[in-house]
Amino acid sequence: MTIYLSIILFLPAVAGLLAMFVPRRLAGWTLVTGTVLTLAYAIVMLARFKTGGGLQFITNDNWISELGIRYSLAVDGLNLFLIVLTALLWVPASLAAALREWDRPRLFMMFMGFGETAVLGAFMAQDLALFVVFFDLMLVPFYFLVGMWGGEDRVYATTKLVIYTLAGSLLMLAAAVALGVMATPAGGHISFSLATLQHAHLSGGSQYWIFLLFAAAFLVKAPAFPLHGWMPDAYRQAPLPVILVFSAVVSKVGVYGFLRIVLPVLPQASVHFQELMLAVAVVSILYGSVLAFSQDEARLVLGYSSIAQLGFILLGIFSLDPKGGQGAVMQMVNHGLVVAPLFLIIGYLAIRAQGRDSLDWMGGLAFRAPVLAGVFLIVALATLAMPGSSNFIGELYILFGTFQSKIVYGLVASVGVVLAAVYMIRFYQRAMHNPVGVHAESRDLALGPELGVIAPLVLIILALGVYPNFLLHRINAFAPTQQHSSQVALKR
Amino acid sequence: MTTLHLIAAAKAPVIDYKGISPLFATAGGAVIVLMAALIRGRFAQRVLVPLLTVGALGAAIGLTIWNWHTGDSKPIVEGALAHDALSLGLSLLFYISGVATVAFAWRSRALRESGTGEFFGLMLGSIAGMTILASAENLITLFIGIELLSIPLYVLCASDVRRETSLESGLKYLVIGSVGSATLLYGLALIYGATGHTGFAAIDGAIGSGVKVTDPLLLTGIALAAAGLAFKASVAPFHAWTPDVYEGAPTPVTAFMAVATKTAAFAIILRFFLEALISAQVQWAPALAALAVITIIVGNVGAIAQSSLKRMLAWSGVAQAGYMLAGVVVGTQLGLQATAFYLAVYLFMNLAAFGVVIARERVSEHGDGLKSLEGLGAASPWLAWPMTIAMLSLAGFPATAGFIGKFYLISATVDGNWAWLGVIIVVGSMISLVYYLRVIAVMWMTPFKLELPGRPRRRAREVQPVAGWSPEADPRAQPEVLLVTLVMAAATIFFGIVPSPLFHLAHDVGTSISALF
Repeated sequence: MTIYLSIILFLPAVAGLLAMFVPRRLAGWTLVTGTVLTLAYAIVMLARFKTGGGLQFITNDNWISELGIRYSLAVDGLNLFLIVLTALLWVPASLAAALREWDRPRLFMMFMGFGETAVLGAFMAQDLALFVVFFDLMLVPFYFLVGMWGGEDRVYATTKLVIYTLAGSLLMLAAAVALGVMATPAGGHISFSLATLQHAHLSGGSQYWIFLLFAAAFLVKAPAFPLHGWMPDAYRQAPLPVILVFSAVVSKVGVYGFLRIVLPVLPQASVHFQELMLAVAVVSILYGSVLAFSQDEARLVLGYSSIAQLGFILLGIFSLDPKGGQGAVMQMVNHGLVVAPLFLIIGYLAIRAQGRDSLDWMGGLAFRAPVLAGVFLIVALATLAMPGSSNFIGELYILFGTFQSKIVYGLVASVGVVLAAVYMIRFYQRAMHNPVGVHAESRDLALGPELGVIAPLVLIILALGVYPNFLLHRINAFAPTQQHSSQVALKR
Repeated sequence: MTTLHLIAAAKAPVIDYKGISPLFATAGGAVIVLMAALIRGRFAQRVLVPLLTVGALGAAIGLTIWNWHTGDSKPIVEGALAHDALSLGLSLLFYISGVATVAFAWRSRALRESGTGEFFGLMLGSIAGMTILASAENLITLFIGIELLSIPLYVLCASDVRRETSLESGLKYLVIGSVGSATLLYGLALIYGATGHTGFAAIDGAIGSGVKVTDPLLLTGIALAAAGLAFKASVAPFHAWTPDVYEGAPTPVTAFMAVATKTAAFAIILRFFLEALISAQVQWAPALAALAVITIIVGNVGAIAQSSLKRMLAWSGVAQAGYMLAGVVVGTQLGLQATAFYLAVYLFMNLAAFGVVIARERVSEHGDGLKSLEGLGAASPWLAWPMTIAMLSLAGFPATAGFIGKFYLISATVDGNWAWLGVIIVVGSMISLVYYLRVIAVMWMTPFKLELPGRPRRRAREVQPVAGWSPEADPRAQPEVLLVTLVMAAATIFFGIVPSPLFHLAHDVGTSISALF
């Protein structure tokens, strides 16, 4: 029993609550302090993490014993880096938030803090019901963040966002309750513990419908192809710090759910629907890439590219191959790491283009803002999975796994790799080269807060590019155990 | 048989005075309140009478706790009334909503129009009816309870006598309520005809042994009784009166009806179906399940188009009745517990919502329209937060009691092999997001427009705002409403995070009907 995880989990919420009661000027900095402390704790946890040690830092207390819901948190190779990533990326997001003027800043900071707690909770939960609680809870702060501080059509966008995602997660709630009740032996005490559920033997029929409900919830969150309808509106309207965390971290909760819950608990259904999910993944890759190419707003380029990237992650997961699974986990971390600085860069570009992030307003910044352009190039190349970046290893593993199990999907997905290069280079070129945009104002990144926010992230990308084993080594330790059950089912 | 035997047989039933004391507190309280209201003067009207009302309800709460016991039911009036955790637990809910109604009504116009004593006296009378209903042991007391509950409510609905819609509301409720009562009475008569008994336990015994569950007389009786009770609980398709009556009645009365009346209706639905008719469950469960589905869909779809908060809450109340009905259909101990738990949760979240509506309609020119909440998040967060919490809870977001309540109900349905009904609850919740979230969006995501008196009015029909009002003073002007609202919102959050105390009560309630073991 250890208190580490609870500290990491609740520090941001406490900081957010504190931000409500400090003077307005200090609200942002209170939250930043909270996120930095959270990150510090997360790093301590990372340092003390024993590779290959299974679930660690376990907290397992009674919460609502009448419904069998336990307050049960733990870390293993699967969620270790996702927790660290969340703690890490919330720092630049809250910093970016603190540096801007908001209407009602205290409320903004409170919701940002609550949001981090909810996301961390979803990553840490080892109890299905607790996972559902945090998964749903995540929506409340984001509903307000988009709806109160978003663009013109914010109310429409945020309502759409919530209805899409909550429709998914309410279905998941039904599935989770059903899973818990059905897995309980007659007369036994109901339990939602993932460890228990993993050993429950459900009939194929009930596995199938429970799988579909879970998949609906996770695919909406991801977002993946047919269920992404909320994404363009939300991305267009949300304030930048909010989409930053949304795209970099929150979207990972969806795909994470497949690895943590669906594959281990519903192995038979996972095998049964493998082809369907691979098809969803491949279509997401192609659809996201093509649409990313045709967008004029920088944030939508990233929005659609995220659909493609998450398609890759999904592909890795449903290759049902250990290599593919490891690649997927790596890619979750990598995508978060590159998409966050990209959103920050968009923010900086927008400042230099009269506050708009339309590609038509930008252009020709490379020569007069070389540092900004250089940073952009590094991140863009990392997104493309250039050899030498840690994305390269991740994508390679995913394709490896897919070729091993279903070669056709691997082949089609490879097209996506090429398409990614096309849209990312177009994005870079339109913003940085080309004739100088009408409204573009050439001003480089100063050694001020702007660079301070973005430089550490770029350094981490570079460091992981040089030494991807840091990730790989720790992730490797989880994959065999997590995917074991679906492997067994596959062989049957 | 000797004369002595006859005298002995004709002797009055044994009455447990300790057990009946909560009923005396409310019924006696009604008399005392009416007497006290004869005293002229501001103090008596404004302070003494409301205090006496709260005192009577407080005494009832205390006496109910004093009587608290679990397990088998304990007869109070032999064969007519009995106490068990179900009646005691739900009685507490009636009394709590009574206290809240006193606070809500204290500054309302209805109170001045109808007279303080009359208003509170009628309310206490109605609560006495609820108490009888919750502890009814036979068909006769069931009917007496229903009528004692309803008749004062007809009057209360019309108590804002100078407002036409209030009178209309009272009349509508009277007419439709009477039809409901008549249907119920007809059904009860047929059940008596089929089984030859009026006592719940005896009816269950008769169905178990002599009377076939397919007996057409019995089935017709059950159907008619179910329809009658569905009227009272506003279960679709017998719900049509609800939005109109809720909208027309003075808002404190609406709050009381939405919470207390619904709880009372469910108290008797639970007892009647699970105690008297449990042996015929195969027959009535599919029918009630169909009603639950219709109610959930109709309620949620109906609420979407509403621009009046009271109407919206009325439709939402219909939908919520559908969720709770699912707990009855299951017919298990778990279903009973889940329904009881949800009734308590329903009280907290609805009273919080109605408190905000009351506070706003008194100062806003938009009355109870959705517009009256515009920009409330910036202008008076003390009202905006309780409303937000209430809406999130009604929609079933986690960390609120509403989430736990839905979780409980869904697990009861799955456990009782009615999993598809659980999915319907979820689908209903999904539809409900549209209108619950709209309320939140209006409060937090629209700019606040200062409505000061004296501004030129675009439409003359709009209600004049109260003179001298300023937005800053708003929440503090009605501390009693604000207090109740905040307490209820706090309870909604508290039981969403620490639901165990409520679970223990629900568990006790679950053990009270021994037929379910």
